[in-house]
Amino acid sequence: MGISRDEVMRIAELARLEFGEEDAARYALELDLILGYVAKLEEVDTEGKKPLTHAQELVNVMRQDEPVQGLSQDQALMNAPARKGEFFLVPRIMDNSDED
Amino acid sequence: MELYEFGVGQLAEAFEKGAASPSEALSSVLERIGELEGEVHAFLLTDEEGARKKAKEADGLWAAARKGGARPAPLAGVPYVLKDNICTNGIRTTCGSKMLEGFVPPYDATVAGKLSGSVLLGKSNMDEFAMGSSTENSAFGPTRNPWDTKAVPGGSSGGSAACVSAGFAPFALGSDTGGSIRQPASLCGVVGLKPTYGRVSRYGLVAFGSSLDQIGPFARSVEDAALVFEAISGHDPKDSTSSPRPVPDMRKACKKGVKGMRIGLPREYFAEGLDPEVKDLVMGAVEELSAGGAEIVEVSLPSSMYGLAAYYLAATAEASSNLARFDGIRYGFRAPGAKDVVSAMKKTRSHGFGDEVKRRIMLGTYVLSAGYYEAYYNKALKVRRVLKEEFDEAFGKCDAIAGPTTPEVAFRFGERTEHPLSMYMSDIYTITANLIGIPAISVPCGLSKGLPVGLQLAARAFDEETLFAAAAEVERGAGFAGRIPGRIGGASR
Repeated sequence: MGISRDEVMRIAELARLEFGEEDAARYALELDLILGYVAKLEEVDTEGKKPLTHAQELVNVMRQDEPVQGLSQDQALMNAPARKGEFFLVPRIMDNSDED
Repeated sequence: MELYEFGVGQLAEAFEKGAASPSEALSSVLERIGELEGEVHAFLLTDEEGARKKAKEADGLWAAARKGGARPAPLAGVPYVLKDNICTNGIRTTCGSKMLEGFVPPYDATVAGKLSGSVLLGKSNMDEFAMGSSTENSAFGPTRNPWDTKAVPGGSSGGSAACVSAGFAPFALGSDTGGSIRQPASLCGVVGLKPTYGRVSRYGLVAFGSSLDQIGPFARSVEDAALVFEAISGHDPKDSTSSPRPVPDMRKACKKGVKGMRIGLPREYFAEGLDPEVKDLVMGAVEELSAGGAEIVEVSLPSSMYGLAAYYLAATAEASSNLARFDGIRYGFRAPGAKDVVSAMKKTRSHGFGDEVKRRIMLGTYVLSAGYYEAYYNKALKVRRVLKEEFDEAFGKCDAIAGPTTPEVAFRFGERTEHPLSMYMSDIYTITANLIGIPAISVPCGLSKGLPVGLQLAARAFDEETLFAAAAEVERGAGFAGRIPGRIGGASR
């Protein structure tokens, strides 16, 4: 199953990555090789097998609903690349915003 | 014998008796690091000031204990190293990535808290976000193997393995998602344990594959690894996947011997692709187990060689989701100059992540995307089920499964970076333990062409005792415990 350059661009968009032409072609080739290798999983008979998502197969681990001290606001913000007062500062989100 | 050559247990004993102090032990390892770190490059950060302060505190604790005061924690004052994907309060944690170059966690990982009486020397080098088998994917340059500085130390926890091997620290912690503790342990000639999934809290470990990741110890002897394992394991309310099962006395397990133990040899592990000298050394160690009273039985794991393919789908899928958090908004690197938030994320991620990380995010995103989920991701999880059933059946016939940790000894720099698949093959024997959550240990069993060879043992979930008993027997046969390479790189000693 070949991966096209367009497909690489589509996945990159989903993963919030961007590639130049040369890199996109290289990634297409490398992903193709890896997918070619994993295709051998087809040889394993998995008829009727339930997918195993997690080794311990735990479900809904609960604890008492008691408040505990979390990070302070300053601690939570201390690694932010940009902040404004109590907020994380990001470039604009809305296209029609004229706010700077 | 210099203090840097002392193991964990030996140091604790020396502290207890007053034969040496934590500050003296620290000075010895710091001198060793100063002499050889230029050759090895095992660290991404060293915290000499913090270490001296902590050692001084421990000096006081042990001195007070000798005067009849309370006994300190068993590892109090023992120097150690953490892999740089384990969060340390106030100490930079980079994951070997440009993405987290300036990240200073505001909290400690649970394992760091459990070792708060020990002396943290620094943070060790690793493949970026634990993705790799050689440390060549570190954004800050590779670590070199203390046994041969032209060879890789393995990865992704290569810095931790090299630290212990070179005598920089008697123990270190790493993380293992597909072999990232056992493979570098094997290549650097030290003991490395991947505990049962759920034994050790993952709180504060930067997530790669959440259903596969587990923190574990490196040490120069099986008993030291057991001591560290005991200190870091146990239930943690902050990690809902951590197990409430009690942790038995592992040191006792090391002395148990293997009489009556059944050791399974999967015929698939000794087929093509295995270096003949590695095979001979592993079989020699198996003979030691037999001589110690173990019964050697043949088992079959017909689908085990499909583990690698299943792993690269399951692990990359989980990674693509886990690494979505690195968007340049709340922490870490942010690429400058973007006009809107989506292009800021794209630029940040494209510049902040290295090649292998991007490759895996792409693969993971692809296999989870509409139209491919069933064919790839779900198929991988069904194969994972088949693997678990085959191991369950094998563990009906034996108590531990033995084989090589890696198909070959340490390879040279650049040898595999061009071909992602050839790098992945290095983990072919280690990967299944992560997929099904069982514990596995790598223990040195000899040298091939001057480079260490590791034997891997795997056991049923939560049966680390059997691993330690069998590994200690292998260690006694190989006479490798405590061994540090005589000459490292061009450094004269």
